[in-house]
Amino acid sequence: MTVMKKKLNKTTKSNLITYAMVVIVYIIVQLLVSGGAVSSLMKGLLVPLCVYSILAVSLNLTVGILGELSLGHAGFMCIGAFTSATFSKLTNGVIQPAGFRFFLAILVGAVFAGIFGLLIGIPVLRLKGDYLAIVTLAFGEIIKNIVNVIYLGRDSHGIHFSIKDAASLGMDADGEMIIKGPQGITGTPTDSTFTIGIVLILVTLFIVLNLVHSRSGRAIMAIRDNRIAAESVGINITKYKLMAFSISAALAGVAGVLYAHNLSTLTALPKNFGYNMSIMILVFVVLGGIGNIRGSIIAAVLLTMLPELLRGLNDFRMLIYAIVLIATMIITNNEKIMNTIRRFLPKKQAQPVKEETK
Amino acid sequence: MQFISYLINGISLGSVYAIIALGYTMVYGIAKMLNFAHGDIIMVGSYVVYIAVSSLGLNPILSVVISAIACLVLGVVIEKVAYKPLRHASKLAVLITAIGVSYFLQNVALLIFGANTKSFTSVVPAVSVKLGGITITAETIVTILACVIIMICLTLFINKTKAGHAMQAVSEDQDAAQLMGINVNATISLTFAIGSALAAVAGVLLCSAYPSLTPYTGAMPGIKAFVAAVFGGIGSIPGALIGGILLGVIEILSKAYISSQLSDAIVFGVLIVVLVVKPTGILGKVIQEKV
Repeated sequence: MTVMKKKLNKTTKSNLITYAMVVIVYIIVQLLVSGGAVSSLMKGLLVPLCVYSILAVSLNLTVGILGELSLGHAGFMCIGAFTSATFSKLTNGVIQPAGFRFFLAILVGAVFAGIFGLLIGIPVLRLKGDYLAIVTLAFGEIIKNIVNVIYLGRDSHGIHFSIKDAASLGMDADGEMIIKGPQGITGTPTDSTFTIGIVLILVTLFIVLNLVHSRSGRAIMAIRDNRIAAESVGINITKYKLMAFSISAALAGVAGVLYAHNLSTLTALPKNFGYNMSIMILVFVVLGGIGNIRGSIIAAVLLTMLPELLRGLNDFRMLIYAIVLIATMIITNNEKIMNTIRRFLPKKQAQPVKEETK
Repeated sequence: MQFISYLINGISLGSVYAIIALGYTMVYGIAKMLNFAHGDIIMVGSYVVYIAVSSLGLNPILSVVISAIACLVLGVVIEKVAYKPLRHASKLAVLITAIGVSYFLQNVALLIFGANTKSFTSVVPAVSVKLGGITITAETIVTILACVIIMICLTLFINKTKAGHAMQAVSEDQDAAQLMGINVNATISLTFAIGSALAAVAGVLLCSAYPSLTPYTGAMPGIKAFVAAVFGGIGSIPGALIGGILLGVIEILSKAYISSQLSDAIVFGVLIVVLVVKPTGILGKVIQEKV
């Protein structure tokens, strides 16, 4: 019993450190902003940092906790972004106050992304390993592609929908376009602030950390560690896999909402919702440590800042980014170098669990 | 008539995908890794030919050979520097490294050549054959021929030569192959060399048909070829051919008859359906999981 209690305290303590870390960073940044020490460039980066942190934490749920490689995370972000931006455009001015409308928009984005996560998860989670990775990548690309052909407009007769072009909507002259195919959504209310972003990070952390340390979380991790053994002790594989996957998708949707309401123009480009984005989030997760929630946030923040900090080097910054990626992977996987580094680190660090290579 | 000409175009594009997919599938079969940088080797190969033909004024065929050799060396160097230290690391670490290599190649190309689109001069003379009502360009014929020749050579190489047998053995069981006295490292290097040289050829063929070259040219065909490899059953060489051709045909036909904007979505949609029905691709081996 005492052992249990001690262990529980340890996880609670670790969780509290994570929350505290976010809050402290928030306070420091706010102080710096009010002191005028933050350049406008960095200010513009604050909300994206929150977006990436949420994405990294949510993807870590799929990759680290569930143990399935997903390369389509940006697709769920895309769904969250577009559904919520559409909702905001439709209800802008109708639902008051604006803060409440934004709250509803977040729910809309999360719910839609979660539903898609569930729908996509049902066929996808039957697959394994690299096949699962490529299918999630395919779904991400399909979502991006389809969003680019949607035309949605509103006039006095109601809402019009087409996948051909704006003219085929057949709207009245006073009609308002909401989604204009490849041009996306313009004029989304810019509700996202750094404070809201931080609150959403905390909520995401709360959901993920509590899930991980719950009965369901242990079931999910049991499936990750040994699917057959988990099944043999009566764990419903499909249920828990879908649970983790759709929660992860819903949280990515929340990140999408934040993203969409940060810019007044929302378009689905390969750059923001393509597989490149999914891969970038995966890089955050892997560099932060697979399964390490706190690490995801740190990696997301550092790696987003890195190209900006290297702005002085201009053309070379993405090259340096690439080299940092390769070097980190080689160094962290080299026993000799890691042992040398460990000698300089405080001793208390637990021995990292070696991941089983299939 | 229209349909047949679309079909031929599809087979031609599919042949390019098949050649790229071969590189993916061989590397996957032997090193068990997804080489995300493979698409960017296509781009490097195309730039080498671009310089050789446009700036140095070399003979196109000689340029292709130079490009293949350059990519071969590049492939082996990448393997030695980036992938070899991670031979026993987790799959994800290797994947991220491959992504890093991909970014690296793209950005080096960006630094050297800039972001402007270079117009690629086709290495094939611009003649065409008329058959009935169908016009077939020389590029189409050369592409399909190249694919057939490469397939035959590769199949013979793998089944008839000692090095080919070594590749099969390494892909089956690395440790057992090592015990049998096979040089595993050399075999893996050889695989990367062949795959990369093929990527150079594919790049030239691709850029001859779609003559615009940027540092990101290789990314999308790379992903499509990866899909083709998975489609046919990753690790299987005939699978890469079937997957590549099918993918090319589906892409061109859906562009022609359904929607050019949705063609990628359709290609990926078909992949999903195939994998859900047959989770290891068309010719993939089903490996029974043991407790």
